[in-house]
Amino acid sequence: MRRWWPPLALLAVAVGLWELVVRAEHVQDYLFPTPVEVARSLWDDRGLLTSATAVTVREILLGYLLAVGVGLALAVVLHWSAALRRALLPILVLSQTVPTVVLAPVLAILLGFGIGPKLVVVAIVCFFPIVVNAVDGLRSTDPELVRMMRTLDASRLSIFRRVEVPGALPSIFSGARIAATYAAVGAVFGEWSGSSSGLGFVMLQAQPELATARIFAALLVLSVLALALYALVSLAERVLVPWNREVTTE
Amino acid sequence: MEASIQTSTAVAMAEGIRLVDVERTLGGKPVLRGVDLRVPLHGRVGIVGRSGTGKSTLLSLVAGLDSPNGGTIGVGGATAAGERLARCVLMPQRDCLLPWRTALDNAALALENHGFARREARAAAAELFTRVGLAGSERLRPSQLSGGMRQRVAFVRTLLTGKGVLLLDEPFGALDAITRAELHEWLRDTLAAEPRTVLLVTHDVEEALLLCDTVAVLTEGRVAATIDVDVPRDGPRREVVTSPGFAELRERALEAIE
Repeated sequence: MRRWWPPLALLAVAVGLWELVVRAEHVQDYLFPTPVEVARSLWDDRGLLTSATAVTVREILLGYLLAVGVGLALAVVLHWSAALRRALLPILVLSQTVPTVVLAPVLAILLGFGIGPKLVVVAIVCFFPIVVNAVDGLRSTDPELVRMMRTLDASRLSIFRRVEVPGALPSIFSGARIAATYAAVGAVFGEWSGSSSGLGFVMLQAQPELATARIFAALLVLSVLALALYALVSLAERVLVPWNREVTTE
Repeated sequence: MEASIQTSTAVAMAEGIRLVDVERTLGGKPVLRGVDLRVPLHGRVGIVGRSGTGKSTLLSLVAGLDSPNGGTIGVGGATAAGERLARCVLMPQRDCLLPWRTALDNAALALENHGFARREARAAAAELFTRVGLAGSERLRPSQLSGGMRQRVAFVRTLLTGKGVLLLDEPFGALDAITRAELHEWLRDTLAAEPRTVLLVTHDVEEALLLCDTVAVLTEGRVAATIDVDVPRDGPRREVVTSPGFAELRERALEAIE
């Protein structure tokens, strides 16, 4: 718990400064609201924000699960086939140079304005760190362990199941944690390119109304969502990879 | 040696390990340069030598995890790498316990690989656990075990393969003297109860002389000397080690290593 104090203290100081500076300079609230105004909007618009949050949470979770599913499946394929790995991995890296913001409207045209294109955008944003970390984790298996398994008559599949996959779990989870922080951004991109609900849509609507405090409020909720997903993945890691923690605390 | 003796031993040896003029080059450097070595069925041969003389390379080759550049290696009469792999079990220098498995599940690995259900594999491993003094630590993870206990688990894992040929690479290397002596005793009893063909690599001459029938000294990729251990070793360790016959063998081995 103690390690949470320094960042929290720093955050409190920053928020305090923000409030003081905006007040002292008499900045208009539609240009830059104070933290207190953001908090007020959070309360006043709670109905709107709650229903929007429900929509966005669904997009984030389903899109993230899609990314994890497809990402891990692809990582396994790339791990088993050296030829595919050599062919596909460079293309995957190259694909990361395409800005997703640009892809989102195209996807909206292709897939319509339902939840589909949002899931795909979230999945595209999250997918890369998951694949790369999983492939790395599977490939960095200790060769000595593989030799040990072979002399114990292990089949290729047994080595994969009993050594490579468990050994790759810490690496897979670090990819999944990075991806978790991207998911919320992906959902907002998706909503910006065509939607009628969600936190991204709330921000889009608030803009012409000059309800800047509401934009900040939606942003705050998004950050909390991203943080919550990150915490959830970390919790899953603690449960599924207990030996890793035991070793590091030794 | 007389011809008749030679043929009769040759038949028996067909069941053990037989290396003829084995060469292995790694990264352009010759590591083994014509090794000849025989281990009769249920015989125990120790390989001693300085580090870097190719002791571990030799074991990998016999185990079928690697193939020689020249010469032949036979295990139980079979020379193909796949067949050697099926006949031998190699216990590596590091215990190689899987950190995500409990001690018992680590020991049961070979049985699971052989297609036994986890429950059956565990039951078989648990039986051996009590025999080697590991009772009570079945559910601990490797990180919670002492070095000696880890090595015991690795031994159980090796023995549970049920294979007739044990290739042991410095199995006691990382242990303190007392644990080491304890495990020596245990291994001798185990092999007496259930004989197996053993090739033991060690840098400790005394250990090789205590545990093996024959000690081969490996120097610069060749067997420089073979020493038959023909002194009685039944008494207490301290007496055996300090007996004149044993001391002489040790001198001979150390001289060959130099």
